[in-house]
Amino acid sequence: MARSQKRKIEDSSAQLSRRAIVLGGLMTTTCLVLAGRMRYLQLERADDFRLLAEENRINLRLLPPARGVIYDRKGTILADNAPNYRITMVREDAGDVDVVLARLSRIVNLDRGKLDRARDEMMSRPPFVPVTIADRLTWEEFSLVSVNAPALPGITPDVGLSRNYPLGGDFSHVVGYVGPVSDYYLDTTGDTDPVLQIPDFQVGRYNVEARLEDVLRGKAGSKRVEVNAAGRVMRELDRSAAQQGADVQLTIDAYLQNYAEARLAGESAGAVVMDTQNGDILALASAPTYDPNLFVRGIPSSIWQTLNEDPYRPLANKATQGLYPPGSTYKMVVALAALEAGLIDPNETVFCGGSMQLGNRRFHCWKRGGHGRMDLIQGLAQSCDVYYYDLAQRVGIEAISAMAQKFGCGVRHEVPLSGVATGIAPTMEWKLANRGEPWVMGDTLNASIGQGFVLNSPLQLAVMTARLASGLAVEPRLIRSIDGVEPHYDPITSLDVNPANLAKIREGMFEVSNGERGTALNSRTVLEDYLIAGKTGTSQVRNITAAERAAGVIRNEDLPWERRDHALFVGYAPAHAPRYAISVIVEHGGGGSAAAAPLARDILLYAMFDDVPPLEAYPASQRRSVQERHDAMQLLPRRGSTDAPPSNGTGTSRA
Amino acid sequence: MSFSLYQINTMPSGWRKVLYLNWPLVLLLSIVACIGFMMLYSVAGGSMEPWVMPQAQRFAIGMTAMFVIAMIPIAFWRLVSGLGYAVSLILLLYVEFFGTVGMGAQRWLDLGPFRLQPSELAKITIVMVLAAYYARIDSAKKSHPIYILPPLVLILIPVFLTLKQPDLGTAVLLLLGGGAVVFAAGVHWAYFAALIASGGAAVLAVFASRGTEWQLLKDYQFRRIDTFIDPTQDPLGAGYHITQSQIALGSGGFSGRGFMEGTQSRLNFLPEKHTDFIFTTLAEEFGFIGASSLLFVYLLIVALCIWTALSTRDRFASLLSLGIAATFFLYFAINMAMVMGLAPVVGVPLPLVSYGGTAMMVLLAAFGLVQSAHIHRPR
Repeated sequence: MARSQKRKIEDSSAQLSRRAIVLGGLMTTTCLVLAGRMRYLQLERADDFRLLAEENRINLRLLPPARGVIYDRKGTILADNAPNYRITMVREDAGDVDVVLARLSRIVNLDRGKLDRARDEMMSRPPFVPVTIADRLTWEEFSLVSVNAPALPGITPDVGLSRNYPLGGDFSHVVGYVGPVSDYYLDTTGDTDPVLQIPDFQVGRYNVEARLEDVLRGKAGSKRVEVNAAGRVMRELDRSAAQQGADVQLTIDAYLQNYAEARLAGESAGAVVMDTQNGDILALASAPTYDPNLFVRGIPSSIWQTLNEDPYRPLANKATQGLYPPGSTYKMVVALAALEAGLIDPNETVFCGGSMQLGNRRFHCWKRGGHGRMDLIQGLAQSCDVYYYDLAQRVGIEAISAMAQKFGCGVRHEVPLSGVATGIAPTMEWKLANRGEPWVMGDTLNASIGQGFVLNSPLQLAVMTARLASGLAVEPRLIRSIDGVEPHYDPITSLDVNPANLAKIREGMFEVSNGERGTALNSRTVLEDYLIAGKTGTSQVRNITAAERAAGVIRNEDLPWERRDHALFVGYAPAHAPRYAISVIVEHGGGGSAAAAPLARDILLYAMFDDVPPLEAYPASQRRSVQERHDAMQLLPRRGSTDAPPSNGTGTSRA
Repeated sequence: MSFSLYQINTMPSGWRKVLYLNWPLVLLLSIVACIGFMMLYSVAGGSMEPWVMPQAQRFAIGMTAMFVIAMIPIAFWRLVSGLGYAVSLILLLYVEFFGTVGMGAQRWLDLGPFRLQPSELAKITIVMVLAAYYARIDSAKKSHPIYILPPLVLILIPVFLTLKQPDLGTAVLLLLGGGAVVFAAGVHWAYFAALIASGGAAVLAVFASRGTEWQLLKDYQFRRIDTFIDPTQDPLGAGYHITQSQIALGSGGFSGRGFMEGTQSRLNFLPEKHTDFIFTTLAEEFGFIGASSLLFVYLLIVALCIWTALSTRDRFASLLSLGIAATFFLYFAINMAMVMGLAPVVGVPLPLVSYGGTAMMVLLAAFGLVQSAHIHRPR
């Protein structure tokens, strides 16, 4: 090895050692500075900091905002916030937890299981975290705990707000409910609002409560408090008030809604009442209902299971989520499609012999013996199927479905409810895409009487009826105002349909309810200014085989409930100056004229009179049974009476 | 005597390597880790969950990795230095585009059961690649401007990438850690003078960029610097951490409140009480005695690494050990300075104590390299 090279290596090695020692020196110096700082903070200023730590610990606490109140169109309260008296406990402050809990349970009656759960939760969390031990205490229990507070270390009585639905089940399908913040909620919504960390905070989980969560929730406030070494609040330094959520006023009329739910009760049914002029939804009922107050604190699984297994499906909103073959209530759309295409003369007749042969299939009319000669008006009034089979072959499915969509069927309507169904207005393309088969003429015939692939929700049928009645392209509206301000709605335009053709359809619908042979004649009203026009529908949920037809079709009453026909009715009133449109579905109710039309009539009459309708409106022969039914119904106490549900009385959501 | 014979004769092999391990270093690292477990147990309110168990598992994995790395000859590690550096750069680029965003910054790579933070890896690979570079080039040319350029680029690429994440703490660590190796290699001191001057200029540039479109730091980072300069300006906002951290620290006094007796640090006043701010819990519960003891143990670890560097004649091993010592030092010095209000809150963990998987495992792996240098040193 060359000497010079060796020296070089030794040189650089020595230089490295020098630099390493410099680095080491720098590091040691820095450590001395750090140690000096420790000395300064922990020795010289220790007393100052200890004082700060003991007596002046500032704690920032979030204040929950009050959730916006929900009103009906006239100011009746549908959802508000009730004080919730509760007890929280801090393990650290309690000393012996079991002793304190034993003492507490001697003062107020506490649920054993819940107490154990609270105890477990307290033990599994850091000792300074407050845990709710009991809530929904009565005022008396709450006062007792407050008075005995000195004997209960670590126990704090406080008042929170909890959602309250004074009208209970009537609005479960509209207002929905709030519930506790769950992990699932946090995961699925990605919501990071700090307000969610407040214990027992409630968020909208369903229907309006969920869909308008943003406006109803409000913003958290905060307060700075001084806490002592034990974590007890010594004094409040300052606070910024929580910003209350916006109040929401719905277009629903609580009394009409109440009547509608009462009228549907006992059935598995849905009904929608709409203002034909502006689209306001005045009632949106679905039976059976359930009490939304059950959900507010997390529903017990036994109740949930009962609701879930009920064959009448109380949790489902039949008015917006339910999809049904519209049956004969679809016929107006078919007839209008034919009229608009100029394919038929309203006076031209078709012969109904009870059925029509198409290829090797026979399509039956609901009336086995046939209707004889039918024109447009009688075809609607008597709901002759063969007339529509004939029409449908001429018009074709594309024109029918285009007309259906123009009238809001098979179209998703934007209302702030959960799971609003889109429905189906089938086309050739639709069948190919969804069923993988080409469209055949038989499908068109089925569609012409609202069977086959056609599916609509009662909401869509109500929109259809409102548009037929008014000739306006009304969209359903559920929100009347938010914080007193009407939301922006597009101006309502006229439908692009020949008014003369619409008039013909209305004439037919008038005949249905008032004509001598009308299918809904039994559900007519008799006061001139309160007459109804409508259309019955009966939709099959099963196929009737040729063999059954030969042996005689089984009567609905003889079938098990879930295989009976659905009963439908759509209508509007007053017939000559339409103001209210309605659609009613009674699941497996049998015939539309027997099961659905009377319900629709009663609800329409209530809407027109804004009260329980007078007996004079009914045909004389029915007055006694109507009276009996109304007596048996449990309705809200009259508006303005002392026991009427709370209201702000102004008809607007905020004075 | 040929060179290879010299190697065989002077280097331990097989199980004898275990004897040559730097056992005092192993002991000191375990002491620090145990302090960490105790503190994590305390901030969890006296519970092994959620932090102690995972941390202990990672410590076990990290220690195993350290032993395995120590057994492999240091020459091998010199050969793979470049590769390791390249891999960490690729990972850094990968998080830049596909990483998981956590706490407002993009730092993690989701690997299923655990998350990898490539910037932690980069802190070691930068030291390795620089040590390998200076072991390879002719020592006489090391201060020539052309030979200064490669290390400068090697340092600045990961610095730039971590700044973009944005992770100011790591960027500073990379810069200073890399700088320490270059300094130890014997590059002329004038460069460092120039660097410090330009560093000052860079700080000015960062502040000048504030509010403009090409702002170099995120708003929250600027706010942290503001409140570092004057914590009282926003005592419940960003200055809150610093104020509360100092109250907790100071209230510990000389001997502390006792294990599990801390009130400040466990009262949720501090947001990252199990990670960046864990030192406050230690200082509160064990006082000046505990805090300065930890500082002393840390300094001993650094000293052992420097001793390894001085006792080996392998230039790569020596520079590597120094670089790792410097990086480790930077970790705890920046963290302690930060919680004691001497440096802005930049997000550097307390090494081997703060909860966090990648940092712990990477550091233990790095000590494995020091051990390898120690075992395989030509004597």
